[in-house]
Amino acid sequence: MTEKLRAEGIRKSYGTHEVLRGVSLTAGAGDVISLIGSSGSGKSTLLRCLNLLERPDAGRILLEGEALALARQRDGRLGAADPKQLRRMRARLSMVFQDFCLWSHMTILHNLTEAPRQVLGKSRAEAEDLARRTLAKVGLPETVLNRHPGQLSGGQQQRVAIARALCMEPEVMLFDEPTSALDPERVAEVLKVMQALAEEGRTMIVVTHEMGFARHASTRVVFLEEGRIGAEGPPEDIFTRTENPRLQRFLAGRLQP
Amino acid sequence: MVVQFASTILAAAGLTLLLAIGALVLASALGLALAGARLSGRRWLAGLAVAFTFVIRGIPDLVMMLLAFYSLPALINQLLERAGIDLYVDFSPFAAGTVTLGILFSAYMSETFRSALGNIPAGQIEAAQALGLHPLRIFLRITLPQMALLALPGFTNNWLVLVKATALVSLIGLQDVMFRAKAAAEATGQPFTYYLVAAGFYLLVTLGSTWALARLGRRLDPARTGARA
Repeated sequence: MTEKLRAEGIRKSYGTHEVLRGVSLTAGAGDVISLIGSSGSGKSTLLRCLNLLERPDAGRILLEGEALALARQRDGRLGAADPKQLRRMRARLSMVFQDFCLWSHMTILHNLTEAPRQVLGKSRAEAEDLARRTLAKVGLPETVLNRHPGQLSGGQQQRVAIARALCMEPEVMLFDEPTSALDPERVAEVLKVMQALAEEGRTMIVVTHEMGFARHASTRVVFLEEGRIGAEGPPEDIFTRTENPRLQRFLAGRLQP
Repeated sequence: MVVQFASTILAAAGLTLLLAIGALVLASALGLALAGARLSGRRWLAGLAVAFTFVIRGIPDLVMMLLAFYSLPALINQLLERAGIDLYVDFSPFAAGTVTLGILFSAYMSETFRSALGNIPAGQIEAAQALGLHPLRIFLRITLPQMALLALPGFTNNWLVLVKATALVSLIGLQDVMFRAKAAAEATGQPFTYYLVAAGFYLLVTLGSTWALARLGRRLDPARTGARA
């Protein structure tokens, strides 16, 4: 299995509170890793450290064996030593956010073509063609291309956000609680798209509270507790055979709300 | 005769508008730089911007204007003379007026821009960073358009105050609308008529620009209603 993304010994604290206490994670090609854990366990922080939206205090990040050059900054945190390299790596690690974070002043078409044109250097025709194909893939009609994000439902916006990430043809996709801001009846349409991506063999790291997705769509589940990996393994092991009392308690709370 | 004097007053409309627009451009550019300095995270730079804004906002416009037009050149000339340089510096009222108003309003603009920048949903910037966009591109494509929309109400307000503040340059001898209105009032002994002409002019400009800026706001705002961060 070829290794795609590897994080080693990621540490991060806010003041005296240690959010991540040395977490390592490796995603191979085609892996769908669900990061689960109660709120405050550090799972979103870990995900955001992978593309340096959060700067860790210690650790290493490697994409297909290439280490991201990090340098200690004045506040003590690690930042990118080479902004160009960071941008190049981020372009291969596209991210989907909880709050969609679509650019509200741009049409859906421009939301989808901006980065492919600017970062990947695609021509306008290429980028627009890609946008159309990707939009179809997330199950949205072409008529939304000229709309603005505010005119779409939450579920539609999140599907556009997934399409925006897909248009970068990324090596690894990062999802930060992609269904947590949605109305309950909109969750399924987004999960369906994510499930299809998982079945396509895309490499995904997903922070989620959706235990159904974690159990049925992922290849590996990582349970974070208090900034450490409490348990990790194939979904069946995690959901049915765990001996870890904290994980058992967490799952019991999640599965019967 | 009324028509003649009134048309003399309104002939200066171009000059007043040019002064206001020149000051607006300067105030916007400087205001953006000040807002950037405050948000830069560099403590000395932010401190400098805060101090500058504080001083500017604490001095009456008129005092500033007189300082810039009379006191500053006098000071420079004294220094030049002492240094033995044979040069005499003199500011034109137009240049002095534009620069002074520009600097004055940059302090107000920086407050407007700063609060607009602070209200841009952080996620939209992060999303752009996470896709590998260049910081300059992010500023031009995401930050600036979002800021423009959020800053428009405050910007409009600053502009209206600025237009009216241009009347102060009549005091340093620039023959603007106000200067000519005063001259006409004194020459004819009919202050009411001619000051009313001037008042009508300023009212027309503010009315026109309020309308134009509101239109711009509607164009910049593509049905964002319900938009999420």
